[in-house]
Amino acid sequence: MSITSTRPAQLRRRRPVEPVFYFFLLPSLVLFTLAITIPGIIGIFFSFTDSIGIGDWKFVGLTNYIAIFSDPAILQSYLFTFGFSVVTVLVVNVIAFLLAVGLTSRIRMKSALRTVFVIPMVVSGIIIAYVFNFLFSNALPTAGAASGIPWLETSLLANPDLAWVAIVLVTAWQAVPGSLLIYIAGLVAIPSDVYEAAEIDGASKLQQVLKITVPLVAGYMVINVILGFKGFLNAYDIIVGLTNGGPGTSTRSIAMTVITGFNGGDYAYQMANATIFFVVAILISLLQLSLTRGRNAL
Amino acid sequence: MTTQATLDPEASSATPAAAVGKPRRSLKAQRAAKAKPERVNWSATTILVLCAITVLLPLYVTVSMAFKTQGQAVDGDAFSLPAPFSLEGFAEAWTLTNFPVGAAMSLLVTAGTVLATIVLAAFASYAIVRNWERRLFRYSFFYLLAAMFIPFPVVALPQIQLTGRFGLDNPLGVILLATMFQLSFSVLLFTAFLRSIPLELEESARIDGATTWQTFWKLIFPLLAPMSATVGIFAFLYAWNDFMMPSLIISDPALQTLPVRQSLFQTQFSNNYHVSFASYLMAMAPAIVAYLFTQRWVMAGVTQGAVKG
Repeated sequence: MSITSTRPAQLRRRRPVEPVFYFFLLPSLVLFTLAITIPGIIGIFFSFTDSIGIGDWKFVGLTNYIAIFSDPAILQSYLFTFGFSVVTVLVVNVIAFLLAVGLTSRIRMKSALRTVFVIPMVVSGIIIAYVFNFLFSNALPTAGAASGIPWLETSLLANPDLAWVAIVLVTAWQAVPGSLLIYIAGLVAIPSDVYEAAEIDGASKLQQVLKITVPLVAGYMVINVILGFKGFLNAYDIIVGLTNGGPGTSTRSIAMTVITGFNGGDYAYQMANATIFFVVAILISLLQLSLTRGRNAL
Repeated sequence: MTTQATLDPEASSATPAAAVGKPRRSLKAQRAAKAKPERVNWSATTILVLCAITVLLPLYVTVSMAFKTQGQAVDGDAFSLPAPFSLEGFAEAWTLTNFPVGAAMSLLVTAGTVLATIVLAAFASYAIVRNWERRLFRYSFFYLLAAMFIPFPVVALPQIQLTGRFGLDNPLGVILLATMFQLSFSVLLFTAFLRSIPLELEESARIDGATTWQTFWKLIFPLLAPMSATVGIFAFLYAWNDFMMPSLIISDPALQTLPVRQSLFQTQFSNNYHVSFASYLMAMAPAIVAYLFTQRWVMAGVTQGAVKG
């Protein structure tokens, strides 16, 4: 946050603010307060009560928070969401980086390929999850039975131990384009004479990628990892479309657990869960700030 | 801005893409390529084409299933082409999901979110940057930015309750909430851009007698156009495609957006694949078509947004 207002600060302070600037600022401030701040405060407040969303309630102190830490369903949702996010971040970044290297090399059909690779970004997550749901539970088992490949015959989504793999695949399918575009921006910013110099020194193509490309796009990698991780922690749409948290509750994300408080009578309890999730989100954002500080040169 | 500049020479080197439609020219092309000083990397091209097929496969299945008859869709191979082409899936999906109303709701939510986000964020950013030395405006900036730390699931439950109580459990409520969640990122982009606009430009407008209001609309807002495009693209993709927020906030199923309407096929009519896929296609197509026509803006915008945000 480098701000260039040191110059006439003294002079300008004496001038009163033009009323029109309040008119510019206030709608955002008021609506933001009504739509996000107040619900946030209400949520934290009710996390210390036994409210079920309507009717009477009384304060119960930290009861909800204590119960959460010994609730296997919630612990499982955290474990699943974090595990899923870590794996998806890795998968997305490896694929996006390799595709970006390919798309910036001397290939044919460059812009057509780039157009295709970005399409998943503009497709609705829930709808593409429904499409993949059909592929996993109908199309592939049918094809497996027809061609006599036994492991294809059972749906990936019906397997409690492997359903998360399908969620990673579909999430990655949709998340790769965003990271890909950022990596391409990073790659085209590398001057080509760096590679020419390396080639003269006898560096192989692989050495060039590992010793030049990877270090020079490290800043973009940090952006991709953090933006991706923060997004995946909120996973909801794709999981609803693929497994709806199942089989059983094996793929239920934190967001899905919180939402069960809406009609499950667990309102206050899930608000405590949401508050913990909020603290986790803040911790990750602080980590982001400390990692990206000094990278403004990007 | 740097990213846009760097993307441009890339895009201009893409003229061979005009020849995409002819796959059987590889030998000739190879000879032609050898004559040029820069050799085409054919193995990379092949690998990327194979990867592109995995991207296109689910979309191909969607399109081909949508055009099948009921009989073909139920027992046939999912990867086969429809024979004969049938529009019965579309006709049935149109009435079953009440497509015209769903599309109108999606359009309303998307247009409302895009417009509200651009206007409110540009207003607030201009006020903040021009009054940065005042505490109210400086603190407002950090206050609005704080929403980047708050994902929707964290405040969803109280928001569902409050929108229900104040009669906002409808598309209007979704526009309000979606705009507020887009605001912090948009303000960050706009303020970064506004700080680079020299004050002298505005002062010359003022000498000509323009008020601040006129200066904003005649000078600042047009200058913000590239940033408005970026902000608008993000708001569009979010509002058009989102499932979670409208499914939780809009209480009347008749007012639901297109993505939420598709859940119909998970509970009822689950075997009418040609109908469900026709419906999916109708819900996805507008965003894909819009992207194909504006792809350079979308690509530049996403890069810019992520690198700045």
